[in-house]
Amino acid sequence: MFNYTMRRLLLAIPTLLFIALAIFLLLELSPGDPMADMPLTIPPDVREQMRLALGLGEPWYIRFVKWLYLFSVVEPSHVLASITGLENLAIDSQRIISFQTRSPVGDIIAQRLPQTLWVVGLSYLFGIMVALPIGIYSAYRQYSWFDQAGTFVSMVGFSLPTFFTGPLLILIFSIWLGWFPIIYDTTLVVDSWHNFALQMRQMAMPVFVLTLYNAAQITRFMRASMLDNLTQDYVRTARAKGLTERIVVLVHVLRNSMIPVITVIALGIPQIFTGAIITEQIFRVNGLGQLLITAIYATDIPMVLTLSVVFAILIVLFNLIADLLYAVFDPRIRYD
Amino acid sequence: MSVQTPPKRPLVEVRDLKMHFPILGGLLRRQVGAVKAVDGVSFEILPGETLGVVGESGCGKSTVGRAVLRLYEATAGSVIIDGEDIAAMPAEKLRQKRPTMQMVFQDPQASLNPRMTVAGIIGEPLDEHTDWSRARKLERIYELMDAVGLNRDFANRYPHAFSGGQRQRIGIARALALNPKFIVCDEPIAALDVSIQAQVVNLLEQLQDDFGLTYLFISHDLSMVRHIADRVAVMYLGKIVELAPVAELYANPLHPYTEALLSAVPEPDPSIEARKDRIVLKGDVPSPANPPKGCNFCTRCPKVMEICHRIDPETIEAAPGHLVACHLISNKQTAGSTGGPEAERKQTENQQGEVA
Repeated sequence: MFNYTMRRLLLAIPTLLFIALAIFLLLELSPGDPMADMPLTIPPDVREQMRLALGLGEPWYIRFVKWLYLFSVVEPSHVLASITGLENLAIDSQRIISFQTRSPVGDIIAQRLPQTLWVVGLSYLFGIMVALPIGIYSAYRQYSWFDQAGTFVSMVGFSLPTFFTGPLLILIFSIWLGWFPIIYDTTLVVDSWHNFALQMRQMAMPVFVLTLYNAAQITRFMRASMLDNLTQDYVRTARAKGLTERIVVLVHVLRNSMIPVITVIALGIPQIFTGAIITEQIFRVNGLGQLLITAIYATDIPMVLTLSVVFAILIVLFNLIADLLYAVFDPRIRYD
Repeated sequence: MSVQTPPKRPLVEVRDLKMHFPILGGLLRRQVGAVKAVDGVSFEILPGETLGVVGESGCGKSTVGRAVLRLYEATAGSVIIDGEDIAAMPAEKLRQKRPTMQMVFQDPQASLNPRMTVAGIIGEPLDEHTDWSRARKLERIYELMDAVGLNRDFANRYPHAFSGGQRQRIGIARALALNPKFIVCDEPIAALDVSIQAQVVNLLEQLQDDFGLTYLFISHDLSMVRHIADRVAVMYLGKIVELAPVAELYANPLHPYTEALLSAVPEPDPSIEARKDRIVLKGDVPSPANPPKGCNFCTRCPKVMEICHRIDPETIEAAPGHLVACHLISNKQTAGSTGGPEAERKQTENQQGEVA
């Protein structure tokens, strides 16, 4: 298993290099000018010097290699320094600079990450906690009214996009009822129970919208996987042993049903970091999803490139984790 | 093992067992019919005896086995095992009675939980039904593995690491864990190689001698049933058409369906095999959702009479211990008073010759 993991990690390096290059070239080929939102009164020669100051004067392969060096060496050293608190770990050199704000991309990501993790991460957690029991019980009582209702709700959650449910909730709960704020206030510091309550209230709607969507998907997976296993012969064997129904369902059936579901859950975790772009836009949560969108609008190439490659790394990593979880939970699968 | 030994109380008494699976249809999934997988089956099994159940695919053999252990909720009828009616028992009491009655399943691959080790599979009933210490449970697991001929070193392996025959041994060891009295063997050898079949059947026979087990042995392999069973029940379309001691049934089959089944058994001697007249049944088995009126076998019976299409034959005792449900036999008994059984038998043989 260790050798397998090492082999996969080594294989991930060329994959990620290729992804980074592809994204870089796509951005290079796409129209748009980082200088476009500068005032038109700036003379052309000054404008050209500003371009050179952003490093845009060099050929694309030089810029790519330089970015690669900063991304893989300098930025990780700063991350490490801020995690461990040892300032001298950070390499003292040029960092990846956002065209929009002229501040390091890594610092902006670090500022935006908590909002996304709280809102999207919490909704993923809630989604799982809601989906698993519903999926299990729906399958156990297939075609009962509970199952029918669960199927209906998850179909609704599955098919209604968040850009519809989001404004709908805002209309009902913010405008008509006035229970929750429309805009997520990032400057709120949770230092008292009152502010904690405010934080809960402003998180309620985005978390609910995303929970509905996540829960809908996982419920379907859980139910289908349970149904597959409930009709297996070994379940009859377990009943013939005279085990209680609780052990038959929650130990025998559930443990086997969880194998595909855990994989689906693991594969979905990168989504927490990529942020729910649309939902963050609707509720004005300034998380990573919103950061990516505004960077794309502003042709902020270093920001878009860095964020996209970070997401790519997470996706490759969690694919590997999902594969390894298979081997942990299913004794029939072994990697050597 | 003689059946006519001084009156023993049967260990298993099945009375008029019916297992109908509902057919749901229409917009609101209402019941629009029923598959009569088992339709009024009665038999008894004495302690230490093996009752074989034979019949073609889909005749309800396995369903009988599962309904007898109440792995299916039977539609009607009673199943008295060891003096208690299984079919009417509350769920919790039934669960506690499970140790006395066990089952060996047909598919040794699918019937073992792939995520449990052999020790886990065999030992789980002990966790549930005893309060033994770990060491004592492990001792029992090893004892069972020895009894079925599995190496003790394999206790921590998973089922996928074993061959079909070994898996079936695991299944048998699991069934034996709590010293059951009655075991339903649901085609335990059907999924195995011929070379392994004999090993497993011999193991089952040896365990029967060692532990005094009672078997309901379900199979479509007539020669295997002849080898292991004391009495044999022949099923067709959810009903027992004939039930007799094994020697009697194979020597003197009364029901036309039994005759047809027995004529299909291959002969070891090629010269006899070449000359043998087979009774080849025409057509397909009718759907158990829509069985024919009268006798279930009337659509394919080579000796069908007019009465067979109208009236379902009663099960009668044609000879001591030999039950059969066929109009031919009831005719024979009434005819016996006038023409004598000899003439009747001759006529039957002629008919058989014509058909073949």
